[in-house]
Amino acid sequence: MLDKLKDFSSRFFVTGEPMIYGADVAILLTLAGIIFVLTYLKKWKWLWREWLTTVDHKKIGIMYMLSSLLMLFRGGVDALLMRIQLAFPQWHFLDSNHYNEIFTTHGTIMILFMAMPLMFAFFNIVVPLQIGARDVAYPFLNAVSFWLFFFGAMLFNLSFVIGGSPDAGWLSYPPLSGMQFSPGPGQDFYIWGIQISGIGSLASGINFIMTILKMRAPGMKLMHMPLFTWSVLASCIIIIFAFPVLTVTLALLFIDRFFDGHLFTMTGGGNPMMYINLIWMWGHPEVYIVVLPAFGIFSEIVATFSQKKIFGYKSMVFSMMIISVLSYFTWVHHFFTMGAGANVNVFFAITTMAIGIPTGVKVFNWLFTMFRGRIQMTQPMLWTIAFIPCFVVGGATGVMLSAAPADYQYHNSYFLVAHFHQVLIGGVVFGFFAGLYYWWPKMFGFKLNDRLGKWAFWTWNIGFYVCFMPQYALGFMGMTRRIYTYDFDMGWGPLNVISTVGAFFMGIGFIFQAWQILHGIKYGERDVTGDPWNGRTLEWSIPSPPPHYNFAVIPTVTGQDAWWTIKEERKKKKAKETAVFSPIHMPKNSGIPFIMSVFWFIAGFGLTFHWVWMAIFGLTGVGACLLARSFQYNSDYYIPVDEIRHTEDSVGRVG
Amino acid sequence: MHIGKLIILSIFITIFLAGCDSRYLILNPQGAVAQKEYHLIIFSIFLCAIVVIPVLGLLVYIVLRYRDKPGNKAPYRPDWDDSKRLEFIWWGIPIIIIGILGFATAKTTYDLVDPPKKDVKPLTIEVTSLDWKWLFQYPDQNIATVNYVEIPKDVPVQFVLTSDAPMNSFWVPQLGGQLYTMPGMAMGLWLQADRKGEYFGSGANFTGEGFAHMNFKVKSTSTKEFNQWVKQVKETAPALTKADYNSLAKQGLSLEKSYSTIPKGLFQEIVIKNGGQYYSQHHHMKNEDMKTMNVASDEQTHTQHEHQEGGK
Ligand code: HEM
Ligand SMILES: [Cu+2]
Ligand SMILES: [Cu+2]
Repeated sequence: MLDKLKDFSSRFFVTGEPMIYGADVAILLTLAGIIFVLTYLKKWKWLWREWLTTVDHKKIGIMYMLSSLLMLFRGGVDALLMRIQLAFPQWHFLDSNHYNEIFTTHGTIMILFMAMPLMFAFFNIVVPLQIGARDVAYPFLNAVSFWLFFFGAMLFNLSFVIGGSPDAGWLSYPPLSGMQFSPGPGQDFYIWGIQISGIGSLASGINFIMTILKMRAPGMKLMHMPLFTWSVLASCIIIIFAFPVLTVTLALLFIDRFFDGHLFTMTGGGNPMMYINLIWMWGHPEVYIVVLPAFGIFSEIVATFSQKKIFGYKSMVFSMMIISVLSYFTWVHHFFTMGAGANVNVFFAITTMAIGIPTGVKVFNWLFTMFRGRIQMTQPMLWTIAFIPCFVVGGATGVMLSAAPADYQYHNSYFLVAHFHQVLIGGVVFGFFAGLYYWWPKMFGFKLNDRLGKWAFWTWNIGFYVCFMPQYALGFMGMTRRIYTYDFDMGWGPLNVISTVGAFFMGIGFIFQAWQILHGIKYGERDVTGDPWNGRTLEWSIPSPPPHYNFAVIPTVTGQDAWWTIKEERKKKKAKETAVFSPIHMPKNSGIPFIMSVFWFIAGFGLTFHWVWMAIFGLTGVGACLLARSFQYNSDYYIPVDEIRHTEDSVGRVG
Repeated sequence: MHIGKLIILSIFITIFLAGCDSRYLILNPQGAVAQKEYHLIIFSIFLCAIVVIPVLGLLVYIVLRYRDKPGNKAPYRPDWDDSKRLEFIWWGIPIIIIGILGFATAKTTYDLVDPPKKDVKPLTIEVTSLDWKWLFQYPDQNIATVNYVEIPKDVPVQFVLTSDAPMNSFWVPQLGGQLYTMPGMAMGLWLQADRKGEYFGSGANFTGEGFAHMNFKVKSTSTKEFNQWVKQVKETAPALTKADYNSLAKQGLSLEKSYSTIPKGLFQEIVIKNGGQYYSQHHHMKNEDMKTMNVASDEQTHTQHEHQEGGK
């Protein structure tokens, strides 16, 4: 009995690595610490009532943000570990298996559990405020989305200490990811972690499309919407078409693994090329899903801090829409080297290059928004200005990659690694950082320190170029990706050392940012105006942080830059309008999204270990939650006028 | 304009200098295929530079000139948000540039389909990626090697690629771009060396634990030396038996090896065993082709970068 138990636990828990034991201890200590603090401060009830059961889009947004910053930390530590190994390939700092696990989890986490949720954080926090709404279209579903993401991410991260991490790359190509070559539970953690959070992403896509189409303030026509809201719409349209493809693809992969399906192995009549096509039919649109909202953020920031209207609004909208359509027709550029034939390669090379056109147009429009403006070098603006050269060069190397025969030479080399990090970091991450600095006062009511911010900005930027420019050169030297070691006589050593130094600079930048947040909580300059940047859109018309019903009175919109217009009019008229409050209809909190997601987690864990009883138990729980919800009739309430007046009073806002 | 010219010049100097450094394999093509790809690379860098450099210049200019400083005399037009003429320019220029690059890309893609030289009888080498080593079979010479290949210079070589392990990618940067090796499929890739020399080759698509060690050497010699080498292998090396192959196919690393003969039909067997028969039924491979799959040397039947079965 004891032997059996020992044998089981040595397979169940990841063993044999001092670093993992260290992590085990750290995780346990953190958990114990959190539980202790919550108990000591008697905060359990507060946690449940204010956060775990909330359906408030702002709180959900904040939870998305915190989880994704945590994931950025984990993905970043992964990156540094890999960079140490590559700088000193003969040290055996990481062995092959460990390196393979780390690049797989790094890639998966950065895209699915860092970039996606950070993007959803902005959707949640900003969109309802920008369109003058009191919440999203389906607040309950919104909470479900968040908790599915959260427990999906937890399930994925659990593989680090239990069962073993996936190690077949972030897109898990079969046959390598099949049972024959990856027998452990790692691949199943990958499948179910992503599946569970993926359902949430799809639901968010639907939710925000409906929110944008249905919940706009009176008078706000589509062509009056702020560009960030437009970018969210574009991104969500891609989500609702792309994520089902991912779900089906991973389900098929699971059928191969669990039922020995041979859908993706040639023996038995399947075909691995089918998987590669399917996964990239999601994978390529996915990068546009995360980068379009970043474009939206830059558009808001550029206009605000150039103190000028955005240039070429119509062609900005038009270019985003073209991108969202074109992004479905380029997926083959990820495997020009699979030999689909000259005609196919030429077609997809040209569609890929074509995406460069609307993207380039956007860059010109940003530039000409600044042109004849008055540029204020605030923190959000700094990141925006740094983004432009970074993204332009990254885009240019993308165009280089899209020339199919040239790609035969770049494919799977460090040239590619450098390219996608340049657009992902220079585009997506810089964009989201800019957004964080921009909307931070709105979210929390205080600004982040400028000096620390400048340090973070410069270390990140210098670090970026020092880290990734050498990798383009390494690509030209023939260094392929996903290798944990290499021979000295290839001459790759020095550039790898430089690259690692750059990575550490970025790590330091991240520490400055964490410091900045802590500093801000304590000393941050409070924003009492609600409009610290002299903004142009409606989120700046209400207090910071906004009351939970957002708008005491829903504004009427007459054109673009609604808040700017209102401010102009107020200046002219000088007379104050008196606000007439009426009761506000709001959704009630609910524990079901959280509980249902816990059951999903249990089901996912069972499916990962192929423990059918546990999977059935979990799925039954999910079903029970759905049933319970469908009998819940009492799910909303009205905020009385007195309470509104009281709240508005307390922030000095009574009309 | 001075600055722009200087930057362009310095980019070309950098590339040129880097190109002189022989460690930049892609910038030092040693064969006709790699040469064509290299030209496309340089051309695309040039076209991108035409857009990138002015944009960067414009950014610097705008940011310096329109700072929000007291006493800044530059014009300020907070409501200027539209100019048909400007928008026409920046939709137009990228379209033209992409048009040019698209044309060049198409031309090179179609060029690479055919063997680099049509008047020389090509050599066929059948490549199998294994966990974690490369097996090369010379069907016409009836010899085989592991983790190194020898080829005669100035002779187009058709590499026929498959895998008896997870998908990999066969890449010899100085001779030309890569192509995937896939279980159950046989793919044709043309390469050619124009000079004598030793070139670095590697697997470019991740296949698990031993992947980082899947490098191989490509040695190009004169035809005479090549024939001598074949003769020598035939005389001195052991034969490759089925049992040898089965142990090669097991997971693990291997040193360089040579074999004086190969079991008849081994390559086809590998392809079929991994599902080649289904592929032929469901997809484009006709049954006649199956029987004569090993005929890469009778030209034209096969095209580079195309599933061999489909190349008609
Ligand atoms: C913060 C600095 C970062 C550093 C230093 C870094 C470093 C690395 C390294 C060393 C690899 C492995 C390369 C290889 O062996 O093939 C890698 C892979 C990858 N990274 Fe990053 N990374 C960073 C940020 C990011 C971000 C922000 C994202 C996405 C938003 C990202 C997405 C990926 C992906 C998708 C892969 C491919 C994983 C795979 O091969 O399966 N990285 N990164
Ligand atoms: Cu893509
Ligand atoms: Cu294939």
